[in-house]
Amino acid sequence: MTTTSPTLILAGHDAGQLDPSTARLVGAARSLGRAVHVLVLGPAGVAAQAAALDGVAQVLHAEAAALPNAETVARVLAGLLPQHGAVLAAHTLLPRAALPRAAALAGAAFLADVTALLPEGRVVRPMYAGGVLATVQVHGPVLMTLRASAFDAVGDAAAAPVVALPAITADERSRLVGREVATSARPDLTRARVVIAGGRGVGAAEHMQLVEALADRLGGAVGASRAAVDAGFAPNAIQVGQTGKAVAPELYLAAGISGAIQHVAGIKDAKVIVAVNKDPDAPIFSVADIGLVGDLFEVLPALTAALPAR
Amino acid sequence: MHILVPVQRVVDHNVKVRVKSDGSGVDTAGVKMSINPFDEVAVEQAVRLREQKVAMKVTVVACGAAIAQDVLRTGLAMGADAAILVDTAGVTPDALGLATLLKAVAEREQAQLVLCGKQAIDDDLGALGPMLAALLDWPQAVSVNRLAVEGGQVQLGCDADSGLEQWQLPLPAVLSVDLRLCDPRSITLPNMMKAKKAPVTTLAAADLAALPAATTTVLSVVEPPARSGGVKVADVAALIDHLQRLPALQA
Repeated sequence: MTTTSPTLILAGHDAGQLDPSTARLVGAARSLGRAVHVLVLGPAGVAAQAAALDGVAQVLHAEAAALPNAETVARVLAGLLPQHGAVLAAHTLLPRAALPRAAALAGAAFLADVTALLPEGRVVRPMYAGGVLATVQVHGPVLMTLRASAFDAVGDAAAAPVVALPAITADERSRLVGREVATSARPDLTRARVVIAGGRGVGAAEHMQLVEALADRLGGAVGASRAAVDAGFAPNAIQVGQTGKAVAPELYLAAGISGAIQHVAGIKDAKVIVAVNKDPDAPIFSVADIGLVGDLFEVLPALTAALPAR
Repeated sequence: MHILVPVQRVVDHNVKVRVKSDGSGVDTAGVKMSINPFDEVAVEQAVRLREQKVAMKVTVVACGAAIAQDVLRTGLAMGADAAILVDTAGVTPDALGLATLLKAVAEREQAQLVLCGKQAIDDDLGALGPMLAALLDWPQAVSVNRLAVEGGQVQLGCDADSGLEQWQLPLPAVLSVDLRLCDPRSITLPNMMKAKKAPVTTLAAADLAALPAATTTVLSVVEPPARSGGVKVADVAALIDHLQRLPALQA
């Protein structure tokens, strides 16, 4: 990152819509003071959405029908790295698989879950499940995943030019053969303003309805602790914590969650943490802004009835 | 099939880490160290494949100082057949350095499958699997939580951002595994005693590969601003009162 070459952002998308994290990555990249290019491996419509983001100088577009696998994305990124000093992507699963592979192909640096970009090639990222924050010096070209919620999104502006890349040669060895998508009318867990989460204290899968009812009342997302997922109360996709998802809502309400270090690691960026637990000594109370020692089977329905619908 | 399982020695996951007083790193003096929990799952899966006769041999490998033998012996006690220590002569390789050494070991051992943890719980980087796969030019999968080997192909269930994905890869391949893949067995005392006496092959890093120059340097670490506990309210009515005043819940 000592050159003045442009910064390249790998756009996230679902083969139809540009992921909103891309606007935040553009915001982060602009702070580096270099031209911002966005790479779209996908349909032309997504490239057009990326071109409209304020601060984007150019969109590099390669047509891809389905989402390319990590090996293919890595190959494209490694090829583009010589013209771009830094590659940024959201800290989601495809970039987390593709960027380190590209870094090894190119002999470049890789950093994950970066929360701040500092001058002169320094960045901040958590280690030890958020137990410490490290300031890291990057030497030379770098690929990194960013925690998008830590950066402000840019708005729209006049469309930037879209440059077509040569057709990509896919690495077809690993093949996606099926997908189980968790469909939900609720907001995305990692972007929700309100998250209501249940833990082991929920006691049974059918009791997650109490958590869901309050989430729906408040227009929020539903989360679960690892203990609740392991016990089969909730699906993997909504697990919050070190081995699940990191959330940063304005309100996080933990019901029947004891608050293991690994869970707290995933919620420490929440603005307000509310804990409801029967055990007055549960560690969750030491990080909660508002705590209530009580039975979630009484508290959750009472909150659902009393709080205004959104 | 020969499975190679790289294992890392990390601060035990139950220890609350402390920053050194000069901020140069995390204090590991006198702190309990253990096998990285994700790597422990990889060892368990590899041993199960050997027990199912899908694999013929499981080798655990660690890179670092002689002290890393303790995590290799954990792997041996769980049922690994052989252990290799790559002595880095006091150098702590970064992810790319580690992948460079492991590539040489994988080739030397003629491994057809590498199973590793999806991340180490110290740096939380998650780079080792994809980097090693890149250097070997093998296909890869990350965050594997279901695995079956059928006729030279692996059938996988992997985490996705929303839900799960099923992947099919030809061997050889590098897979990084999630904690959900399987539960590591508990180690019996006789197995631990046997593992203590088992041979560990030591290789000098310099004889395997030249380490690339470091691509990143940790300048300093700090503890994040602590979240202090706030108020405890007496009853549901008081909680409702607090919540109604939150900006997040204003219409």
